[in-house]
Amino acid sequence: MSIDQMLGLITGILFGFLLQKGRVLRFEKQVGAMLLKDMTIFKFMLSAILVGMVGVGLLADAGIITMSHKPMNLGAVLLGGALFGMGWAVMGFCPGTSIGALGEGRWHAVFAIAGMVVGAALYAELFPFIKSTVLAWKDFGKIGLPEVLEVSRWVIIPFFWAGTISLFFWFEKKGL
Amino acid sequence: MKWKTKDGGWSPYLAGALVGLLAIASVYATTQWMEKSNYLGASTTFVRAAGLLERTVVPDHVEANEYFTKEKVRVDWQFMLVLGIFIGALISSVTDKSYRLESVPPIWENRFGSSIGKRAVGAFLGGGVAMIGARMANGCPSGHGLSGMMQLSVSSFVALAMFFSVGVLVAIFVYGRRSL
Repeated sequence: MSIDQMLGLITGILFGFLLQKGRVLRFEKQVGAMLLKDMTIFKFMLSAILVGMVGVGLLADAGIITMSHKPMNLGAVLLGGALFGMGWAVMGFCPGTSIGALGEGRWHAVFAIAGMVVGAALYAELFPFIKSTVLAWKDFGKIGLPEVLEVSRWVIIPFFWAGTISLFFWFEKKGL
Repeated sequence: MKWKTKDGGWSPYLAGALVGLLAIASVYATTQWMEKSNYLGASTTFVRAAGLLERTVVPDHVEANEYFTKEKVRVDWQFMLVLGIFIGALISSVTDKSYRLESVPPIWENRFGSSIGKRAVGAFLGGGVAMIGARMANGCPSGHGLSGMMQLSVSSFVALAMFFSVGVLVAIFVYGRRSL
C-alpha cells in the first residue's frame, strides 16, 4: 500500500467511526432532516464546519496548505444540486454515508451503492454532452466568499459562528 | 449539554467538532506527505469504482473515455478513505452494540410497506440520480458540505442550498405530509 492509500485508509476509518458515533449514517436521520423533524445531521455537519473553517483558514493564511475551491459553474451547481437533492431524498443516504450505513448493518445501502456506481458510469458516458451544454452556461471559476465580498475570511467567520450557534439554540429549543 | 444521546451515540455537536479536527489534520497530513492539499470527499470514488469495474470488461472504452481520463481510474487516497468509512462505522457500531441488520428503514416502511424489492428499486434509482447530480455539481455533502463550506467556497453554499431545498420538497412529496 502506498503512503497515499495508507493515509486515506486511516483518515477514513476515523471519519467512519465519528459518523457512526454521531448517528448520522442512518436513513432515518437523513430523511428526518429533509422532513424537517430531526436536525442531527445539521448539528453534526455544521459543528465540523465551525471547527474546520478556523483551522483550515489559519493553515492557509500561514501558507502551509492551499485552498481547493470547487468551480462555481452555475448550471452545474444548480442542476446538479437539484438532481442530487431529488436522489438523496429517495435513497436516504449520501455517497459517503451509504458506505458507512453498510458498515453498521443497514444492508439495503448496497442497492444505493450499486445505483450510484451505475449513475457514475452513466455520467462518464454523458460527459461530452453535459460539458457542451450544462457546464458551458456560465462559469464563475473557483471562487471563495472572501474574494467575492472583498473582506478577510476573519470577518466572515465570526458571523458564520454567531449565525450557526443561534441556529443550534433554536434546534434545541424546538427539540429538533 | 449531554455528551451521550439516548441511543448510546455521542452528541452530534461533539462528534461533528471532532470531524472538524480530523478534517484539519487530514488537509495538513496530505499536504505534508502527498505534496497536495486533499480535502475530505466521497463521490469521485464512485466514478473510479465504475471505471475499475468497466475496465475488466471493456478496457479500451474506459481508456478512451474523457471523464475517466480526467478523474484517473485508480485506487487513490479518496478511494481508501471511502473504504475506511466502512471499517470505521463497523468498528464503532459493533463495539457499542448499535450494529443492526436492516433491510427496510421505518420511514420507508410506513409509506411503501415492508417489500425489500420496492426499497431496492427506490435506493437504486435514487442513487443513480443523486450520483449524476453530485458529479455534475462536482461534489456531495462531504466534498461540498464539509470541505467546501470550511473553505468558504461560493459553489458549496449554492450546492448545499440546492441539495437541501430540493431534498425537502421531494422528501415531503415522496413520504407524505403525514410523516411530518
